[in-house]
Amino acid sequence: MLVPVEWINDYIDLKDISTEEFCEKMIMSGSNLETCEYFCQDMENVVVGRIEKIEKHPDADKLVVCRINIGDKEAAGIGEDGLLQIVTGAPNVFEGAYVPVALHKSHIPGPLHGQPKQEGGVKITKGKLRGVESFGMLCSAGELGFEDKVVPIAHREGIWILDPKVYDGIEDQIGKDFAEALELKQAVVDFEITPNRPDCLAMIGMAREAAATFGKSFSYPDTTIQNADGEGKSADYVDVEIRNEDACRRYVARIVTDVKVEQSPWWLQKRLMYAGMRPINNIVDITNFVMLEYGQPLHAFDIKEVHGGKIIVENAQPGETFTTLDETERTLEGDMLMIKDAERSIAVAGVMGGLNSEIEEDTKTIIIESANFNGDSVRTTAKKLGLRTEASSRFEKGIDPNLTEAAADRVCRLIEMIGAGKVCEGSVDRYPAPQSAKVLDVRVSRINHVLGIDVSRDDMVAMLEGLEIKVEGSGDIMTVTPPTVRQDLLEEEDYIEEIARMYGYDKLPVTLPKGNNEAGMPYERTIRDMAREALCGLGLNEIQTYSFVSPSGVDKIRIGEDSWERAFVKIINPLGEENSVMRTVLTPNMLEVLARNYSRNIEKVSAFEIGNTFMDNPISLDHLPDEDYALCIGMYGRGESFFTLKGIVVELLKVLGIQKPVFVAESEYGVYHPGRCARILVEASAEMKAAGEEYEELGIMGEIHPDVAENYGMDGVRIYCCELMFGAILRKANTEIVYTPLPKFPSTSRDIALLVDEDMEVGRIKEVIEEKGKPILEKVELFDVYRGKQVEEGKKSVAFNLVYRDMEKTLTDDEVVTVHNRVLGALKEKLNAVLREM
Amino acid sequence: MQEQLNRILEEAKAQMAKAKTQAETDEIRVKLLGKKGELTQILRGMGKLSPEERKETGQMANKVRSQIEGMLNDKFEAVKQAAKEAQFKIEKVDVTEPGVARNLGVKHPLTRTMEEISQVFMNMGFSIVEGPEVETVYNNFDALNAGPNHPARDMTDTFYITEDVLLRTQTSPVQVRTLLKQDPPIKVISPGRCFRCDTPDATHSPMFHQVEGLVVDEGITMADLKGTLDSFAKQLFGPDTKTKFRPHHFPFTEPSAEVDVSCFKCGGKGCRVCKGSGWIEILGCGMVHPNVLKVGGLDTEKYTGFAFGMGVERVAMLKYGVDDIRLFYENDMRFIEQFK
Repeated sequence: MLVPVEWINDYIDLKDISTEEFCEKMIMSGSNLETCEYFCQDMENVVVGRIEKIEKHPDADKLVVCRINIGDKEAAGIGEDGLLQIVTGAPNVFEGAYVPVALHKSHIPGPLHGQPKQEGGVKITKGKLRGVESFGMLCSAGELGFEDKVVPIAHREGIWILDPKVYDGIEDQIGKDFAEALELKQAVVDFEITPNRPDCLAMIGMAREAAATFGKSFSYPDTTIQNADGEGKSADYVDVEIRNEDACRRYVARIVTDVKVEQSPWWLQKRLMYAGMRPINNIVDITNFVMLEYGQPLHAFDIKEVHGGKIIVENAQPGETFTTLDETERTLEGDMLMIKDAERSIAVAGVMGGLNSEIEEDTKTIIIESANFNGDSVRTTAKKLGLRTEASSRFEKGIDPNLTEAAADRVCRLIEMIGAGKVCEGSVDRYPAPQSAKVLDVRVSRINHVLGIDVSRDDMVAMLEGLEIKVEGSGDIMTVTPPTVRQDLLEEEDYIEEIARMYGYDKLPVTLPKGNNEAGMPYERTIRDMAREALCGLGLNEIQTYSFVSPSGVDKIRIGEDSWERAFVKIINPLGEENSVMRTVLTPNMLEVLARNYSRNIEKVSAFEIGNTFMDNPISLDHLPDEDYALCIGMYGRGESFFTLKGIVVELLKVLGIQKPVFVAESEYGVYHPGRCARILVEASAEMKAAGEEYEELGIMGEIHPDVAENYGMDGVRIYCCELMFGAILRKANTEIVYTPLPKFPSTSRDIALLVDEDMEVGRIKEVIEEKGKPILEKVELFDVYRGKQVEEGKKSVAFNLVYRDMEKTLTDDEVVTVHNRVLGALKEKLNAVLREM
Repeated sequence: MQEQLNRILEEAKAQMAKAKTQAETDEIRVKLLGKKGELTQILRGMGKLSPEERKETGQMANKVRSQIEGMLNDKFEAVKQAAKEAQFKIEKVDVTEPGVARNLGVKHPLTRTMEEISQVFMNMGFSIVEGPEVETVYNNFDALNAGPNHPARDMTDTFYITEDVLLRTQTSPVQVRTLLKQDPPIKVISPGRCFRCDTPDATHSPMFHQVEGLVVDEGITMADLKGTLDSFAKQLFGPDTKTKFRPHHFPFTEPSAEVDVSCFKCGGKGCRVCKGSGWIEILGCGMVHPNVLKVGGLDTEKYTGFAFGMGVERVAMLKYGVDDIRLFYENDMRFIEQFK
């Protein structure tokens, strides 16, 4: 909401308050501001001039040479004829035109025509244009700092021509400072209006806030109609009938005759321009002016196009077509509220007028419409038509129906004032159910209790009365009656807020809650934090990627047609295909990140992500999908292998208290290299075992399939990935640590080398050793795998170190030999593993 | 014989002066004092001497022997020392060569920021609560007092899964879940991901993180809200940080406020980070609207509360001077590794 400080001063005297103080105090009383702009602050040496003579430029078709009268202003380059020579390329100059003249060594806000805005403005000096001297520049409104969208169409393309009919007395201002002559220098504050305060989308709303903030009184605009010399009464011209009272709470119509459609006077144009609107013509400008003043949208119809002298407010015929002011034909639906005459639709209520009843230059008599339409109805219509206008967005936010009459009167007063027409006496006012204020009891004690303050009733009453809220009652109870524009004041909390902001948030005391709490954290989060710490400790960097992904990710990683990874939760209104489904696995995002880093020539990456995955669950009670955390590791670069990744996975699981994961070769999962992939299992819980499940799956790991790597533009790069399901990890994690006493008795160590078939898994050999080494085998570790000389083709030699220990006593040689031989015997018998000479 | 002993002693001295290694020294020892050594031979030949001569020579021989032994010990010590020094010389390293890398990994900067924020609140006795990213419309809007026509509900603002299910636009639905299952006193924060229909650019991301908080108990006041957030700001940004509470509007709190902190780059003088104002907006907050407390079935006369929320990306961008929000989700390792 753009608020020119000059405009606010019409209603409240703020002249003794600096703009800085105004902004600061308004912020602290609840009117936050986006910006405060000082217009034409750094405009210097720009004067009003009159073009006396225009000659063609000798060497350029598109340029003309102007001789400008700048009165008795002294300036560089004034010729013997007392005129200043300036060359311009603007198409709209003519002899006798009054124009802004930027003299040699002047400064304008800019930007120059066709150039980008420059911080600090532009300096203008004399120069030569195609050999002809030019002692300054004639300026457009844009060059003097006005945005294109507020500049009147008449001089949008060219020099700002000051028509004496618009700029009253401009003839006497030749040579005067341009900014002073047009009173351009002022501050415009852009307030951020929160959705609960539509009443502040109006100059008088902001004036009311300013009055309360600065403890000043303010006055409403003058709405008295002085002459009312239009022929007859408004009711003689038009009758109004509301057929949908829910959607139209009030309709006021007034008639103005002898209308002269022309340009508005400069003061009126200026108000609109500073408030961000483009001046059009006097009638439109006045309705816009009053809309900005009161927050009440208004519309004017040409009465000769309102057939039958009748205005009917009712819903459209479904399928009806209607052409709006923007010359677009629209198809209407049955729930859209329309303004009709005796025969046809003439406006979409609260959204936009119709082309058929538009004000034109020859319009003589108009109907001023000041109506109140239901916000929801307008919102629906505007949305369906894809047509949001200044009026519709105001109705959507909610407007007080009591404003309509004053706003209509104000329009009529201004029309009289600038001589744009003759106002007829009276109005046609349909107001079936007048809106009254919401009267409420609020408690002084409650307000103090919630805010943590101790303010007296009297002080509170004064604060509320400053906001035009009437207070009655006695003692703790304040019976409050707000002005009807304050549609947000409905409950006690609303008054607590009014007192808080009027008292000043900065004056509220600073205390801490009294109760004591112990801080806690969900167990799941603790486990996630532990995993994160462990992986960072192991040298992996954490990444974070979007929860929504492209459905093609699972294709790129070669997930099977009917796999669970394709049971996507889909977004109805995604930003694009690439963010249209919730991720079921993390691996595609991980590969994308690896590929991005690879493409940026980063040689080695080890990364992980811990994040939510989503699975459609058609039978969930709250209709929400299943969400679970997953953990994904991804690595490429020198030194990485299946086994470096496996080492990380084993260490991670160990940190989480999962001691004995089992890795089972997997050759069917398309994501991975069929010979370098393992499912990661862990012994099932007792219940699962009872149900016949020996193992529970934690996840999968391996070397990414070369075709998948290629899909991510990493042809020939060996990538290692792992995806673990956090739900399973949570069930298995054990953060309890129990101390085992250190051994008191010595251990005995034996190394063995076994000759086995090439495809014999080390894990299987280890299983046999562990089984048969009980109870004195303390640990068994693989330390070598050898193929080559002395080992026949199709075989390999695997070497283990076995450590035997008894916790209760020193083992005798015999005891060790017995168990060790049992181990060797079983290896031979079960696995055909033959002991090799070491 | 005595002459012989003197000669041995002299010879020993001469040989030892020449010896450079432990082995050479040992050779001398064997030659003189070994079983077949010269001195041993002399001592053995003493039997032939008269008792007087034997006594005199014996004493002299023992003296020579202990002299030689002493010299040998010194020599052994000296060559050992020399050998060590030679070794040190060979083993000298160039300390300016790079170390062998043992890299720690790095937490994502958003994780790091979220942890810092959470830790401050945990120190003040707040518990962490979590909830799903895909939420019900009820928990995300209705229960939080957002009217049926609240603009945030639009399909242009919020991602929907169905008419009743959406991607949460804030982590406040976790507060609703907490109110539904826990009795006061409640003192929780909910960190997590949120989603809004913003096309990514330097300052917007369709996915972002928030930390929101809720305190509900008997006698909680707006002064408590100010105190808690002022203390938070001082702990996160430094003890000299000041806070400014400005009135604002949110559907689920009333009164509501936005909180600015004094710029931690310039201390309030005005700089590029705070756009010259000396203040940086960091938080939204307010007293929990009774309609929200009623969702949890609470007696709003007895219980009051406050709530607050902040954007993690925004805090991280300000704290680390990151100028493009998209960097957080690109995961370029050269970016991530700066947060070690």
